[in-house]
Formats: sequence, C-alpha cells, structure tokens
Amino acid sequence: MTDFLLEATGVAKSYGAVAALRDASLGVRPGEVHALMGANGAGKSTFVKILTGAVRPDRGTITLRGRERGMHSPDEARRTGLIPVYQEPSLVPDLDVLANLSLTRTPVAPFRGWVEDLGVHGLDLRTPARELPLAVLRVLDLARALAVEPDVLLLDEMTAALPADLTEHVMNAIRHQREAGRSVIFISHRMIEIAAICDRATVLRDGETVGVLDVTKGTEDQIVTLMLGPVATEPAATRTRPPVTPETLTGPGAPRLSVRGLVAGAKLQDVSFDLHAGEVLGIVALEGQGQDELFDVLAGAARPAAGELRVDGRPVRFGHPADAIRAGLVFVPANRAQALLMQRSVRENIALPFSAPLAGWGPIDVTGERRRINDAVGRLQIDTRAQSEVRRLSGGNQQKVTIARWVAGGVRTLLCFDPTRGIDIRTKREIYELLRELAAAGAAVLLYTSELEEIPLACDRVVVIFGGRVVDEMPAAGADEPTLLRAAYGLPPGALTPEEVVAEAVAIEEAEASPAAGGDGAVGEPREAVREPAPPAGSRA
Amino acid sequence: MTAAAGTVQGSAPGRTGGTVARVVRRNAWTFGLAALLLVLFLVTRAIKPTYGAAELRSLAIGALPIAFAAVGQAIVVISGGIDLSIGSLLALTNVTAAALMAGGSEESAVPVVLFVLFLGLFLGAVNGLLVVASRVPDIIVTLALSFVWAGAALLVLKSPGGGTAQWLKGLIDGTIGSEWIPEALVLLVVSVALVWLPLRRSRLGLSMYAVGSDRLAAFRSGVAVAPTKVAAYAVTGLFAAMGGLSLSMSTGIGTPVPGPYTLLSVAAIVLGGVSLVGGRGGLLGPILAVFVLALIRADLTFLNVDPNFTTVVQGVIMVVVVMVGAFATLRRRTA
Repeated sequence: MTDFLLEATGVAKSYGAVAALRDASLGVRPGEVHALMGANGAGKSTFVKILTGAVRPDRGTITLRGRERGMHSPDEARRTGLIPVYQEPSLVPDLDVLANLSLTRTPVAPFRGWVEDLGVHGLDLRTPARELPLAVLRVLDLARALAVEPDVLLLDEMTAALPADLTEHVMNAIRHQREAGRSVIFISHRMIEIAAICDRATVLRDGETVGVLDVTKGTEDQIVTLMLGPVATEPAATRTRPPVTPETLTGPGAPRLSVRGLVAGAKLQDVSFDLHAGEVLGIVALEGQGQDELFDVLAGAARPAAGELRVDGRPVRFGHPADAIRAGLVFVPANRAQALLMQRSVRENIALPFSAPLAGWGPIDVTGERRRINDAVGRLQIDTRAQSEVRRLSGGNQQKVTIARWVAGGVRTLLCFDPTRGIDIRTKREIYELLRELAAAGAAVLLYTSELEEIPLACDRVVVIFGGRVVDEMPAAGADEPTLLRAAYGLPPGALTPEEVVAEAVAIEEAEASPAAGGDGAVGEPREAVREPAPPAGSRA
Repeated sequence: MTAAAGTVQGSAPGRTGGTVARVVRRNAWTFGLAALLLVLFLVTRAIKPTYGAAELRSLAIGALPIAFAAVGQAIVVISGGIDLSIGSLLALTNVTAAALMAGGSEESAVPVVLFVLFLGLFLGAVNGLLVVASRVPDIIVTLALSFVWAGAALLVLKSPGGGTAQWLKGLIDGTIGSEWIPEALVLLVVSVALVWLPLRRSRLGLSMYAVGSDRLAAFRSGVAVAPTKVAAYAVTGLFAAMGGLSLSMSTGIGTPVPGPYTLLSVAAIVLGGVSLVGGRGGLLGPILAVFVLALIRADLTFLNVDPNFTTVVQGVIMVVVVMVGAFATLRRRTA
C-alpha cells in the first residue's frame, strides 16, 4: 500500500502509569536519510528501542518492505535488515574484535574494507575491544553495521561524542548507504548535521508524531518549533546580554582560579589561563587535545606532573576530589553516570555533597535539607515525576540534577565538561541560562563543550587548546563557528572558510595515510565532499 | 597532531607481535600460576625429599572434587553469575549416586552415572531458570537454593552411607603410563576437555563470555541473554555432578553434609584469574589454582604448622597473590 521501506504506525508503549509513547509513526522510503527528532522525554529512545526490537510495543505495527513483522529481539531485528549504531560503543569489551564479529554474524572482509575506509589503519582483529580507544570503537561499531549492507541503518546519536573528522566519515557512510538505495534513520541533536544530510524529518513530541517534513534550507526553525511545541521559541535570546570582558570584571582580588604551566598525563603539555568570578570561560578543543586531563586535574581526580594552581590567589594542591570541592571547585562531567547515584532518589543525589558537612556525622537536618533541595529543583525546573530513582529520569533531567547538587550547596566555581552532550535543545538552553545566572551571581564557570555553536550563547571568553597547549584566546561574542574551528585545528586566523579547513585536514590526512588509505571505491564517492558549508553562526540567530 | 587528524591507529605501537607473544601476554596469569605451582613442587621436595609420585597421586585424588567445583564455578562466573549452591549440589549428586549404587551390580552403575550427570545438568538449569525468571541477584537465589539442595541431600541419605561400584573407584586410584601421571588428573582433564572445548568454540560459549562481559552490548549484538545464563548454570550443575561422582570414587560412600566446596571454588577461580564481574578468564587457571592451594596446605602440614594456622596462611597467601596480580595489571595498563 505504500512505497515505504520501513513503516511504523500507531506505536504505543507505557511503563506503569507513564506513557512513553502514545501514537508514534515513521515512514522511511528507500534511499532516504530520515531524521527522527524530538526533545528529551519525547519518547525518542523508547521508539528506537521498539524499532530495534529491544522493547516490545503495547500497540502498533511495524512493516519492512510491506511485510508486517513482530520484532521481539535485537537479533530478529538484525536479521530482518535493521541495524542500529548507538551513541555508546556496543562491542563486548572482553571479546576481541573477531569474536565480536562472529557474535553478530558479521562477514569479516567487508568489515575490514569499511574500517579502512573510515580511516582506521592497521587494526589487529585479535585485540580485545577493551584495549581500543573510544574513537576506534565508534568506527568499528559503524563498520560492523555497514558490513552487512542493512536495508535500514539506524544511527542513534552516533555523532554526539565524535570528533569532527570522524563525523565526516560518518556522513560519507550515510551518503554511500543512500546511493545504494538503502535507508538511514538519523538521530542527532545537531541541526547542522540534520540540514546537511537528511532528506526528511519526523518530529516526536510527548510520545506522538507531530510532523513529517522535507528538510530544505530553513526547515530547522520549523523542526525546532514542532519539537518545542506551544512553548515560545526565542532563538539565542541570551545573546542580547551585555558582554562581560576581563576588564569589566572587578579585579581587586586575584582571579578565582589561576592555572599556570599545567602539565598532566600524555596529552596536557602547557596550559595557563585565569578564570574570574562572574564569567563563563569557554574551553574549545578537538577531541583528545588534553581537555580531559585538564578537567581531571582541576576536579582533583588526577595529579599534575608540573604547573601551578591558585584559587583566590592561594596556591593549592589537590590529592582527592574532596580537596577540590573544599576549595570551591565542583565538577559536572559529561557522563552523568560518573556523577550520580543512579539508583537513589533525586533528593539524595542533590543532598549528598552538602549534607555531610552540614550535619557532620550526626543526624541530618531534614527540614533545612528539604528547603535547599526544593529551591534547587525549582530553580532548575527538574521534572520530578520519576524522582525516586535518578536512573529513570531522562538524560537532560539527570544532567540538571548533577548541576542542582552544586547549586544547592552554594556554588563558587563550576567546572562543566561537555554538560549538554546528548541533551535536547530546550534543556540545553535552560542549562546555558543557568550558567549565565550563576555567573551573574558571582560564580566562576569553566565550560568545555564539543558543540561550537554553544560558545557564543553561553560564554564570555574562550580559550582554545590544541596539542595540549593554549593556542588562542578571544572574546566569545565574536567567536563564530568558522573562527573557532580554525583555532581548534591550530591554524592561524585567516580567510579560509570551514569547508576549506576540513578539506585541508583531509588532504593532510590522506597524504599521511597513503598508500593504505587510497579511495578504493567502496565509499563510492570522492573524499573531498566532506562537509556542507556551515551557515555563519550570526545569520542563524 | 593536525597531520594525524582523521587517521586513527588501530592498535598502540609496540603492542604488536607474533602469535606466541600474544598468547603469552593474554595468558600471563595462567603462565604465572603454572610457574608458581612448579616452584611450590620444588619447595615441597626440598621440605620433604621423599615427596614423590605416590604423594602426587593422593594430592590429585583429594583435589579432584574441588577442581570440578572450581571449573563449574568458573563457567558461571565467566557468564556474569555466581553459584553458591555448588557445594550442596556436590553433596546431593554424591548421595544420589551412593544411594542408587548401594548393593547394585557393577554394570548397573553405568546408568546411575548417566542419571547423576543428567541430574546435575537439570538442577543447574533450575538454578539458572530461577535466577533469570525471578530477576533476583544470582548470589541470593543460589544461596537460597543451596539450602534446598542440602536439605534434599539429607532426604536421600540420613547419614553417610551407600556404595560405589568398584570400577568407578578404580578410575582414579592408579596412574597411567608413567607413575607421575595420576589417573585422577587424567579423568579431570578429559572430562573438562570433553565439555569445554566444543563449548568454547560454539556460539553458546562466545555468548557466555559476551553476557558476562557486558549484558547490554551482548543483548544489542543479538545474544539471547536469558537462555545463555540458564545454559551456563546448567553446565555448572553438570560439573558439580562430576564433582559429586568424584567424591563417590574417592570415598566409596555418599556424605549428605556439604563440604567446603563452594567457598573453595570461589577462592580457586579468584586465584585462577577469573574476573568476579564476569567476561574474563578460562578454566586452566582455576584448575592450576586448586593444585596450588592443595600443595600449600600439604607443605604447611609437612612443616608441622598448627592446622588452624594453616587456613590463616592460606588466606594470606591468596590475598597477596591476588594483590600482586592486580598491581601487575595496573602497572601494565598505565605503562
């Protein structure tokens, strides 16, 4: 009855009294890249789980090539031609790559071909997955999916934690899939990627499909409107605030945090900067330039090999995260699971860091605690319907809880490491605004983000780290994506557009990697077509 | 760094090498244990120069039920579970065999052996089914069931008794070929190899490692998680039955009160390099560990150490060895 390759209609799923999905539908045509959009809590993850066979729907039908099927297990979904690639690596860590392939019955030869095409060379298939770096694991996940030539490839936030160069490879793989007349369901929070690669988009809100549209220039606003629903959208409202510069920051005392010549681990070579009270300082870096080590040192989780830290002018040495917290430096990691007690309640999670000093080892001041928690919950607009166990909250709400615990404790210096990873636009905005408010109230905020468009929205100043060293510093107001990307690649300021920057990087990479990396035609497309030109950040506002 | 953008090396430089190097690196723990066992044997000869083939034979006979328990425990732990009922299973299969064989002919013992092996497989599957169906943690389900199986053992035989066919006892009390190769050891190696080698090469064996390593990743890779767990428990039950039969062989009777096999099996797999969180380890390590522990106990006896102090020393040695191992792993990772 339809020309859809994959069609889902009237899919519903409830967990107890909570309806995760009410009436979701999705139609994917052959040779189409289809975006599945929705704010966190819209039911996207549940829908994906149902499509991939991990969860059985209460109602609804799923047809592939016009034939209805009940998908009861991931194995069944796989065999009928739908292969998912998730945000986090899905290889079994203790098995070597070869064993992982035989687990999913993936043929080895095409897998090898794809691994090379995706830019990983000299892979030893006998290496246990546990010993491979994250970036390689992501490539292997994708290669494993592509190797079986799936009818429908489902990429679920695949690009969320990916460095820019790997994202290009993912885009190429998607184009290849489309040219072969097969389909891709693409899930991403990055509008640029949606605009660059997708043909159509299905938007979910509150468990229902609220719109299906063709993606053309300017659809982004429409998608956002659909995702946000009746709530008024105010694009980039935060940019109207007056700029804060180091000069306007009162400087009678020393900076809140002063970092000099910091060296740590293998990657952090020499980093110095000052963080003042009242500002949000952005850190921009490509994946693996030493930012992880920097935040570990500042949070007290790792000891530096050299360099000096000063808090309010006094030199400090952190041997334990508790030292950093006592000095007023608190850490919000990208991975919520590292910060939260997933099986405990929202209240306990928020109260944990500050209730111990509040009451010593004696009884906890329950009334005082409740007041402060309620303040924090209200201020961050945390959805507390599922508050008895944090792991049942959506990702965005979990991240709010990690911030709320420090807000409730009275924050002085907040260290945020990619706090908006995999979080929907509305929650992202709320988090930016919260960071701005905290800064306005006198806190100092250090923010690393992998999404460059966040920088002008949230930050006052930007420090760019490349190869473990600070290579640039600029006010955030003028820092559009092309500028930041150039700086992050360690290139001098110039007239190149980001397109050319990436092409340049690819050219260098190919020169490096040849002859092994020659385009052997499996991708079916020249490699220089790496990225759609990004619209200048200013024009989207 | 710019130049390297987009190119990712598949494996760290310096970690590549031949197949032999890889085998040694992957199984460093097992090789270390084998070396430790050799050293211990030499130490034993130094303490007691008369220690020879006869003593080795009785060591193997004594270690046989523990070794079977350790092998069973290793399999269920590798697949992400733990079986605290293994000692009770040994007792139950042991008394079942003894009760059925009491007064029977030599030939009638053959179906009894097959029945007891099947019983172990079945009881293990019951363990697994209850773990999977109840979603209660493995440690609790199997602890509860350990009381059930121990009680059942007392229902079968109220007090130690029953009998064992002569040919069964004869299976383990001699040597084969050289006087240095005890039959008990050969029986252990053959029965473990018969079950494990085909399993290890099958999709089921791979699935066991996968489920133990990362349930979610295994599920997403299309592994049927629940049946895999049930199968792992069933195989563990099978080895427990072999342990029960080996008790019959060495004692000639059935003993309804469980021995210390559950905790000894856990000790052996920890010492044998099986990760308690699952996914890592093999069966050779635990078997070697059983003999290491048995030899240490023998040495302490030869040294006239107070038997009560012997267990203390054994525990301390275990902690030290495991700590040294953990330290070595840590060093290798940061290096």
